[in-house]
Amino acid sequence: MSWLDHRTGIETAIRNFLYEDIPASSGWRQVFGSVAVFLFLVQAFTGALLAFNYAPTPGDAYNSLRYILTEVTGGHLIRGLHHWGASMLIVVVVLHMTQVFLWGAYKKPREATWLVGVVLLLLTMAYGLTGYLLPWDNRAYWGTVVSTQIAARIPLLGPYMSRLLGGEGAVGVVTFARFYGLHVLLLPPATGLLIATHIYLVRKHGVAPTPNDEGRPSMKFYPRQAFTDTVAIFAAFVVLFVMAVAARVPLERLADPTDTTYVPRPDWYFLFLFQTLKFFDGPLEVVGSVVLPGLAVLALLLVPFVDRGRVMRVTRRTAAIGVVALAGLGWTGLTVAAVATTPKADNTVEIDFGAPTDWMQLSPQELAGIGYFRKENCASCHAVGGGKAHIGPDLANVPIKKSAAWMIEHFKRPSTMVPGSSMPPIQLSTAQLNALAAFLLKLTPRNADALASAPDFAVEAALLYQEKNCGACHQVNGVGMKIGPPLNGLARRRTKTWVAQHFANPQALSPGSFMPSYQFSARQMDRMVTYLFTLPD
Amino acid sequence: MAIAEQPVSETGMTRRGFYVSVIYGLWGLIGAALSIPAAVYLLFPPRLRKAPEFVEAGDVSQLEPRVPVEMVFRQNRVDGWKIVSEKTTAWVVKLADNKVVAYGPQCTHLGCAYHWDENRSEFLCPCHTSVFSVEGKVVSGPAPRALDRYETKVENGKLLLGTLHESKEKA
Repeated sequence: MSWLDHRTGIETAIRNFLYEDIPASSGWRQVFGSVAVFLFLVQAFTGALLAFNYAPTPGDAYNSLRYILTEVTGGHLIRGLHHWGASMLIVVVVLHMTQVFLWGAYKKPREATWLVGVVLLLLTMAYGLTGYLLPWDNRAYWGTVVSTQIAARIPLLGPYMSRLLGGEGAVGVVTFARFYGLHVLLLPPATGLLIATHIYLVRKHGVAPTPNDEGRPSMKFYPRQAFTDTVAIFAAFVVLFVMAVAARVPLERLADPTDTTYVPRPDWYFLFLFQTLKFFDGPLEVVGSVVLPGLAVLALLLVPFVDRGRVMRVTRRTAAIGVVALAGLGWTGLTVAAVATTPKADNTVEIDFGAPTDWMQLSPQELAGIGYFRKENCASCHAVGGGKAHIGPDLANVPIKKSAAWMIEHFKRPSTMVPGSSMPPIQLSTAQLNALAAFLLKLTPRNADALASAPDFAVEAALLYQEKNCGACHQVNGVGMKIGPPLNGLARRRTKTWVAQHFANPQALSPGSFMPSYQFSARQMDRMVTYLFTLPD
Repeated sequence: MAIAEQPVSETGMTRRGFYVSVIYGLWGLIGAALSIPAAVYLLFPPRLRKAPEFVEAGDVSQLEPRVPVEMVFRQNRVDGWKIVSEKTTAWVVKLADNKVVAYGPQCTHLGCAYHWDENRSEFLCPCHTSVFSVEGKVVSGPAPRALDRYETKVENGKLLLGTLHESKEKA
């Protein structure tokens, strides 16, 4: 016996843990529990990392999350792991439960293991519900408005629930603090304790055998089942990692309680509840919001006490298979219906605030320059910051910037300014060339990527802004005249509808204004208003 | 089951050995894929959001040679996810060659605020008695390097201050 083991017993403990006797039939179907524990640990780890750069108060929460996404190195990955990990954990927990249900592994004496498992499922959902608010964007805010309202309408308990969640009608700092406290202080230790209990109970009763195992010698958990579990965990981790790197994690604009156009939708795994709620109106609403979900949880809890027969082969458990199939069908149907009935926001653009938004700081002229840069296809000959070798010089790395006047001459007659240049002359008006030059002067190797990613809607709006010469009266990001009001902070002062109506008929809304009226197409109007509303305050 | 009874593959590896090496290998990969990004996330400096800018600190046209003046100005500083506007001071002095320099307000020893002693014509730090000359050099005391200097520009008699650079001049 080693020195360490003699003093701590740790090696003996690990050996006892790994050399557990398990039924000979064990294999791939039992991996889900281990994968769920692993994903829970990944959530705890990435959650702690996020907390190191996160300010848990409304407003600041949003800014700090944007900081994590756009400025902190690797922040995008960590947040991606936490976001997609939550979804994956739900999937894996449900798969685990389905497997146990199909095989009837909850039967005597394993009822308590099942009960603890049901509570763990509810806790997993509670993480989803509370974590949803923490980014404090529009999606988070409106989603939580709905969920706290549902809680407030529970018969008898409603007012208390609403007070407990800090609601009293409005989602604000108190609700935020309660949700954050639940998410990081109360739920994790509760989950840890219940997972420990769950595993203790599994060890106490042993992994449930099947009729096949009768008369066969048991095997050890290590190494064969440990290998199987490890491979499954690794596969799950690879999927999670790829999603965290490749899939976009939504971050919308800062929560706006005055936004009347927002259509709140819960996260995908709650859509079935959302859809169920739609079937019940008026006084019956409580059936969809409380009674049915409550009955479903009760049914889950009662499973081991209703199904008390002898353990059978999984293929002969037709009733169980039927229940799973029905539940699966019902869930899919409700989710599909919920997705299908979500109004398509066809004309409106969605901005990814999780991406760098350096372009928001540009003047409309510079932003319009990006439009001409794209239209004239400059990138076919020029790299912009650290690209591969191109025919023309890298436009971000030109060490000494030429003046705007030089550039405009060069655009018009390339070879007179740079003898031997093979660049074709650019056929644009002087104002347009000015914009292009203004944008190129703004380029540095550091901001090149961020500026190149300026979304099309904003560029389109800036082109329109330049075309209509809005800058002759208005100021954006400190550029332009001050005859009309500055346009930064418009989102705080007006609604989108107001601005759209104001474009069509300014005098109707601001008597005495001498702004001319503008007839924009629906698309132009949407681009323009969205752009004006994304301007930094 | 004893190890000796295990089937041995062509490469001479037992099935048990294969299981064990896969377990170690995959957990190693998972550990690396989590710990390396975590280290990068915590240790790498965040991407700069704001280009350093010059702020006006005050009028230097009336400055007397070798007489430091404390100038108070507001500066925007990036603090994590915030940009804070804070009051900062600089000790501004016109040196012999008519060059205007601006020293950071903290002693290079442990960051106390030092002040100009007119009688001695030296900067004195009250904490651990570091003394700096009007050129910012360490005269005596525990300070490890000369006073830190701001990047400076003078436009129309107005002093513009940029980033504060740590002095490379050792005591």
